Amino acid sequence: MSAAAPLLLEARNISKRFGGVQALKDVSLTIRTGEIYGLIGPNGAGKTTFFNVLTGLYQRDSGDVLFADQALDLTSPNRVAAAGIARTFQNIRLFGNMTALENVMVGRHVRTRAGVFGAILRTASQRAEEAAIRRRALELLHYVGIAHRAHDLARHLSYGDQRRLEIARALATEPKLLALDEPAAGMNATETAGLRQLIEGLRNDGLTVLLIEHDVKLVMGLCDRIAVLDYGEKIAEDVPAVVQKDPKVIAAYLGGAG
Amino acid sequence: MDTFLQQLINGLTTGSVYAIVALGYTMVYGVIQLINFAHGEVVMIGAMVAFSVIMALVGAGTGLPPALVVLLGVLAAVPVCMAIGYALERLAYRPLRHAPRLAPLITAIGMSIILQHLALLIWGRDPRAFPQILENASFAIGGAAISTVQIAIILLSLLMMAGLTWFVHRTKFGIAIRATAEDVRVAALMGIDANRVIAATFVIGAALGAVAGVMVGTYYGIAHYTMGFVLGLKAFSAAVLGGIGNLAGAMLGGIVLGLVEALGTGYISEISDLCQWPLVGELLTERCAAEGHVILFGSNYQDVFAFLVLILVLVFRPSGLLGERVAERA
Repeated sequence: MSAAAPLLLEARNISKRFGGVQALKDVSLTIRTGEIYGLIGPNGAGKTTFFNVLTGLYQRDSGDVLFADQALDLTSPNRVAAAGIARTFQNIRLFGNMTALENVMVGRHVRTRAGVFGAILRTASQRAEEAAIRRRALELLHYVGIAHRAHDLARHLSYGDQRRLEIARALATEPKLLALDEPAAGMNATETAGLRQLIEGLRNDGLTVLLIEHDVKLVMGLCDRIAVLDYGEKIAEDVPAVVQKDPKVIAAYLGGAG
Repeated sequence: MDTFLQQLINGLTTGSVYAIVALGYTMVYGVIQLINFAHGEVVMIGAMVAFSVIMALVGAGTGLPPALVVLLGVLAAVPVCMAIGYALERLAYRPLRHAPRLAPLITAIGMSIILQHLALLIWGRDPRAFPQILENASFAIGGAAISTVQIAIILLSLLMMAGLTWFVHRTKFGIAIRATAEDVRVAALMGIDANRVIAATFVIGAALGAVAGVMVGTYYGIAHYTMGFVLGLKAFSAAVLGGIGNLAGAMLGGIVLGLVEALGTGYISEISDLCQWPLVGELLTERCAAEGHVILFGSNYQDVFAFLVLILVLVFRPSGLLGERVAERA
């Protein structure tokens, strides 16, 4: 990971206000291709709001995002997905009454074509596409290590497996950037270690990862660079060793905890 | 004649139709939590269009086989209803997607009235006798009779239910519909265009409704511009009984409702015959001796059963037989 790696994402002056609360204030940050980029900060600092703006779930008040040298259309989630950003949720949001395999198959939607009439008329291309979707979805379940649960309903999976399934579903959209919102939340030490391996594997396979995480040890050990948000503003952005010693960051965390 | 078996057959027939119509309510409710009260009118228009086509073909003396004529009626009704279903969603409901829930609900009632009166203008206010061109043979089974039309309705309904189940579980688009029903925003993140999915549920529901309309017209031999109202309410009751938003629930609810209605209708006069009751019967000995029966409720109380079931479900099990999602939402 060299500093000269090309930029993948450049967020410029993103602001978002909810009523009287300035959730994000002129947040700018840059993510380079192939790095694991951490976004940390005390509770309520605006991390998840940033994710929601970036993935089109919230409409920003101002600012814009360059993604892979293109202006990113933030107005609808399916355009963001098509541009190549996928995410998971802090509170897991799977399709609980669908099987693990079906959950991942849904993720293929953004990269496949055939529509309603093809589905009803069973054209040859439609059948081939659906077979390919099924195959790819199974591969992804293998990749995250839960292929044996493919035909179980998502809501019947263990907590750790649900996290993995959410990652598999996000990967099915063939993202250039995978945004993980507190993937280790609620996990035990073994599950967290497994998750760490999985994320490192993703990076080694060429994916860029944006990670929100509370587990400081995990973030410091895993991320190439880290940005710190506090009260909606970015107060630091650097490699972990530097951020860790930044007095503003220390103050924010101690102040937030106190 | 075996009343029980006969009413079972009759109930299964009407129940199949209720189930098919209920699917239209429940699919739309599943994705946008709207009760599309105009759906019953879509069914009615399906019956009316088929009626016109069948009459025209019979009148022209084409000499086509009757089954083919009815099939052509269905083939004409389906696209018309699909277009109406699409137009309803696109023009009436989509602009209100983010409005308070009462607004689309009232719009649905308005659409229902508009479609009903459109049908009144086109087909007139008199009941139209559906041409009985199908050879309607009866077969005896165990003291009851089943007609070819009944067999056709039951089989065709089962086929459509199986087809829809296969579609939503096995095809990419079907899976997208279920994903949208569970979480529309996450589905959008997967690249699913919610507008297309929502429009599709209206169109598919309307296509099923069109077929149901032709089945009702053929079964009762009559089509009328108000026929969609009670039929729609009953199918809606069936959807609630099964658990609204749940496809399997709508199918089960439709069949159960049809059976309850048929059995209730079959036995109500017997049960409400006061002469059969031990104490009351003695008080009425003279009348009973003279008339034989003093019946409180006759089979004209048929429509009561569906709504009685609706009320009981809403009081005792609002989430329906198979419904859990509504309970989670509420």
